[in-house]
Amino acid sequence: MQSALNKDLLNSKISVVKMEMINLTIDGKAIQAEKGLSILKAARIAGIDIPTLCYYELNGQKLENRPGGCRVCVVEVEGRKNLAPACATEIMEGMVVHTHSLRVVNARRTVVELILSDHPSDCLSCSKSGHCELQSLAQKLGIREIPFKGAQSTYRKDNSPAIIRDVDKCIMCRRCETVCNQLQTVGALSAVNRGFEAVVATAFEQDLVKSSCTMCGQCVMACPVGALSEVNQTRQVIQAINNPDKTVIVQTAPAVRVALGEEFGYPAGTIVTGKMAAALRRIGFDYVFDTDFAADLTIMEEGTELLGRISKFMNGDKDVKLPILTSCCPGWVNFFETNFPDMLDVPSTAKSPQQMFGAVAKNYWAEKLGIKREDMVVVSIMPCVAKKYECQRDEFKENGNPDVDYSLTTRELAELIKQFNIDFNSLEDEDFDMPLGASTGAAVIFGATGGVIEAAVRTAYEVFTKKPLEKVDFTELRGLEGVREATVDFNGTPIHLGIAHGLGNARKLLEKVRKGEVQYHAIEVMACPGGCIGGAGQPYHHGDFSIVEKRFEAIYQEDKNKELRKSHENPYIKQLYDEYFGEPCGEKSHHLLHTHYFDKSKQVEIEA
Amino acid sequence: MAQIKSLADLKALKNSIHEKMDTRVKGNKDGLVQVKVAMATCGIAAGAKTIFNYIMEQADKKGLEIVLSQTGCMGYCHAEPTIEVTLPGKEPIVFGHVDKAKADEIMDKYIKNGELVEGIIPVNYNTIDK
Amino acid sequence: MAKYKMHVLVCGGTGCTASHSHEITDNLKAVLRDKGLEEDIQVILTGCFGFCEKGPIVKIMPDNTFYTEVKPEDAKEIVEEHIIKGRKVTRLLYTDPEKKEHVSDSKHMGFYKKQLRIALRNCGFIDPENIEEYIANDGYAAVAKCLTEYTPAQVIDEIKLSGLRGRGGGGFPTGMKWEIASKNHADQKYVVCNADEGDPGAFMDRSILEGDPHSVIEAMTINGYAIGATKGLIYIRAEYPLAIHRLQIAIKQAREYGLLGKNIFGTDFDFDIELRYGAGAFVCGEETALIHSMEGKRGEPTFKPPFPAQSGYLQKPTNVNNVETYANVPIIILKGANWFNKIGTEKSKGTKVFALAGQINNVGLIEVPMGITLREIIYEIGGGIKNGRQFKAVQTGGPSGGCLTEKHLDTPIDYDNLIAAGSMMGSGGMVVMDETSCMVAIAKFYLEFTCEESCGKCSPCRIGNKRMLEILERITKGQGCMEDLENLKNLATVIKDTALCGLGQTSPNPVLSTMNNFWDEYVEHVKDKKCRAGACKSLMQYVIDPNLCVGCTSCARNCPVNAIQGEKKTPHVINAEICIKCGTCIEKCKFNAISIK
Repeated sequence: MQSALNKDLLNSKISVVKMEMINLTIDGKAIQAEKGLSILKAARIAGIDIPTLCYYELNGQKLENRPGGCRVCVVEVEGRKNLAPACATEIMEGMVVHTHSLRVVNARRTVVELILSDHPSDCLSCSKSGHCELQSLAQKLGIREIPFKGAQSTYRKDNSPAIIRDVDKCIMCRRCETVCNQLQTVGALSAVNRGFEAVVATAFEQDLVKSSCTMCGQCVMACPVGALSEVNQTRQVIQAINNPDKTVIVQTAPAVRVALGEEFGYPAGTIVTGKMAAALRRIGFDYVFDTDFAADLTIMEEGTELLGRISKFMNGDKDVKLPILTSCCPGWVNFFETNFPDMLDVPSTAKSPQQMFGAVAKNYWAEKLGIKREDMVVVSIMPCVAKKYECQRDEFKENGNPDVDYSLTTRELAELIKQFNIDFNSLEDEDFDMPLGASTGAAVIFGATGGVIEAAVRTAYEVFTKKPLEKVDFTELRGLEGVREATVDFNGTPIHLGIAHGLGNARKLLEKVRKGEVQYHAIEVMACPGGCIGGAGQPYHHGDFSIVEKRFEAIYQEDKNKELRKSHENPYIKQLYDEYFGEPCGEKSHHLLHTHYFDKSKQVEIEA
Repeated sequence: MAQIKSLADLKALKNSIHEKMDTRVKGNKDGLVQVKVAMATCGIAAGAKTIFNYIMEQADKKGLEIVLSQTGCMGYCHAEPTIEVTLPGKEPIVFGHVDKAKADEIMDKYIKNGELVEGIIPVNYNTIDK
Repeated sequence: MAKYKMHVLVCGGTGCTASHSHEITDNLKAVLRDKGLEEDIQVILTGCFGFCEKGPIVKIMPDNTFYTEVKPEDAKEIVEEHIIKGRKVTRLLYTDPEKKEHVSDSKHMGFYKKQLRIALRNCGFIDPENIEEYIANDGYAAVAKCLTEYTPAQVIDEIKLSGLRGRGGGGFPTGMKWEIASKNHADQKYVVCNADEGDPGAFMDRSILEGDPHSVIEAMTINGYAIGATKGLIYIRAEYPLAIHRLQIAIKQAREYGLLGKNIFGTDFDFDIELRYGAGAFVCGEETALIHSMEGKRGEPTFKPPFPAQSGYLQKPTNVNNVETYANVPIIILKGANWFNKIGTEKSKGTKVFALAGQINNVGLIEVPMGITLREIIYEIGGGIKNGRQFKAVQTGGPSGGCLTEKHLDTPIDYDNLIAAGSMMGSGGMVVMDETSCMVAIAKFYLEFTCEESCGKCSPCRIGNKRMLEILERITKGQGCMEDLENLKNLATVIKDTALCGLGQTSPNPVLSTMNNFWDEYVEHVKDKKCRAGACKSLMQYVIDPNLCVGCTSCARNCPVNAIQGEKKTPHVINAEICIKCGTCIEKCKFNAISIK
């Protein structure tokens, strides 16, 4: 099988050969740009930034939302009778473009005024305030009043456990729709109704929770305004912290530490692990632990499960399910429960790190502290929106008490830090608390696509071959292409691995697996582009995927900085097995660290 | 029904249907000779129906494109069967006592060549459709 | 078999069908059977005659006797009098409104005299449910000619030479459209007939499909041959059940006769047609939206390029033409481009079908040569303004068009002149207005339609049109200010300049053209709070003339809201703040003392 990477390369070579340059003039500036580009892109190359609103691109992820609907990017093209949308108009030889003529400025301004006239002006209390692209556009255009008074379109609010839809704020940019359908192939959102009543909604205008939504939250990431946002639970966390009867524990996911800094002015890719731990302690968490500990634990369980399946397979067991699919990503779990209900026995039964941590905290650690699980509150800081839903799943509760009580996004943590008047930038680095704060480099790379499988390989190799691994960096597993594959030599036994990030890519890969077209031993899937570093709970990147790329580099840097880089070398993990679980995939871990999946294909209800 | 597989098939089919449509098609055309046969009770009694059918047949045979229609009593009961012929651009002329031979003569001479034949009744009435 | 001596043509268009034309047909047949005349006289249910004002129509051939407003019970008299005795049924004949005389021959009727029926050539003449009638009238001869005598390029050349332009509204040269589609190579191409007629009041496409479905099938086949497409799709709105029914019959018959399917006319050209039903969204008449709708997607436009000719239905090269455009094609092929291009004006060739409506005597469907003047249409074909009122304006092009006024009456009508006059051809709606029509209210009416039918994809159309409508609502209620007029004009200009698709870009036309031609009326509404046409209810005031009022109290007693006060035998007064303008007082006043101001 030719890898997707090679195909891309081949294509790019062809396009290099074919590349033809076009001469045009934008705002009096002579420009040469590649044929096929839009006026918008040609202008950007020339340093002219034409404002846009609906346009959204994830470069490198083959995603472009270009409905040409907002009409904010209109420009004047000489010889054309009406204004042209710069995003959707291809450059032509000799084209003369004006991006700020009186006609353009008036039209652009009127269009934005119109959009504002049908948009609630509750910026002061809007979750997107400060990150809202409509807000900054209005500011950029110097709009001080809206001359058009009239009706505002209204729609009922729709809250799912993870996502809030405030459709009144929808500006019909259709980014969420494109992301949900093209990038994620989830198909939960699309435009309904017409004219002034047109909105983006679910099929039959059901509640999101009854739709095929996986709560991956990429729509929240893409939404330029406050129409889609995550459920905010900072208030509940503050209350727990201030409740003297509760022991409040926090765990932080690997991807948070390479992105949180952006909220405090640090350049993308800055590692702020130490400041984050310090801030969490200032906020008042009783124990500042690390989800990375649980990631190491996941490798022990999932790696053992993988090796178990492989050895059964090699011993001729026909019933064994291969490939094994990772199950750390809650968006991905929702996706296969809805879309691949026939394959529920394929994914690993290992719980996600968040839930493993919760189980360890509320059982092992609560026992150690000698407190009841009801008196312990576990808070997780996640780069993710779907984790909010995951921690509420019934199978992760004991007598109604959840293993993880609240899951906050990276953005919510930044909000907490600001609320607690902490000067993040001047904090001295601090360490996590032990023992549940100890982790290896293998756990850190969980935050990037390919990381879970690389971490698993580092451990599985040594367990399988019983030889020490010389080179821990499996660069062949790293990268940001949507679907990747690699074969790792386990001392003579080739182990075929597949990786997909973005649910659309996952679907492609899974369909091939279902049809038997591809053979892998293990596949890692992450719902968000780039993995957790591109998660929907991270600071907004507004479509600038280079930010995600910088977080990606930072994750592997953090891995390199670690003394220990294989999960099974984590001394506290060893201790945990010795003291509590006995062995990986044993009786106790089966009870506390593994789960099962449900057929959700029928959950997509259609109410008459 | 047989499928049309060539231009010839189409033409053959068209010709076979032609009969059915002919009266309508001609009525729709401009500049054709109008022939009206008085078909009130008196006319029919005097043999107007036979003459109508005869003209219909013979006109086709002679290759004359005429619009043949029936009309009410023209008021010349003494001269039935009567027919009114209107050449394009000319005043209508009424012929009386039309039998098959007379009909042939009218068609061959007046309709074909504009030559007047005997048996013309002076027009002393107005038709409603001027 | 013997020739039929007479043909009785009964209109089977939607309008006449609603007035029981099927019963008329049944009754005629029954009476003829009783009289033993069924062999001699043929009764045919045809497509629309166009003169809907006077339907149901029954026409007797060959003498073109045109009976109007026929009722089922008139069948007996028609047979006994006209068919048997040769006496015309005078009471059913059309009466010329000017001369007050009966006109029997349709060729002499004012309504038909100036018409030139090319696209409608078979409507009201053949039985649309019988392929043989179409064939007898030169049907399928054009496609035969193309397949056996012309190369595809020659077909395109012929259409180009004819000067035929799209009849759906835009007026894009048809031959050029075909040429572009022919030059894009693909394993599969498509030919699509746009039968999503959506302009309010326009029904020419429906009439053609109901009256002459085979002409469209034949033209699509020719189109398929010309561009190298083997599949045709007709996108028709589901609200046109009769047109769908007749198309289904026509397609079935064409297949049975081998005129659709494999190896048409013994050549290696294959072509077949399927129907696709639209749910009746105006925007789906826009070709990219239409294609999305056919693909099962949300019916909303996407920007062009790519044009459908490059990437259309299922991303394959697709040629989309409107029904009326197609109806012209076979006859152009048969009679030659040089016959067609002699009709019409320099840049607009042939004829155009218009749906004549509004305050005009002869409401109906007409087909006229391009270049005819509005005056000819309104006063000669249309028989003038109803009730002898004064002509004020005519709206063409539906919600995308504008108003033409007195000063345009003698302008020859073609694509370019209409655009120059601030309107457009559109699909051919023509609504005539007299002095009782308020131009602000007319603009509001069309905008209501656009707002209802906007897909909501682009902000100028979704929000801008709504804001314009709100402004117009304020103005017609007497709540407008001069700033509103300014905003209205700016909005209209910006929407025209920035909307995504043709429908959005043209949606401000009714506002702009009424503002340009009737600015005074707008100002009157705003400043004087007055509607000179008396159409804007909120601006009307009921006033009692104290000189005429005798104080009989009848008005006050009947006023449902007690808005009228006054002592017995003294003049009464209407309290405008309470008055709901129901008109009861005017009805009750025996002294004509109450009027509307």
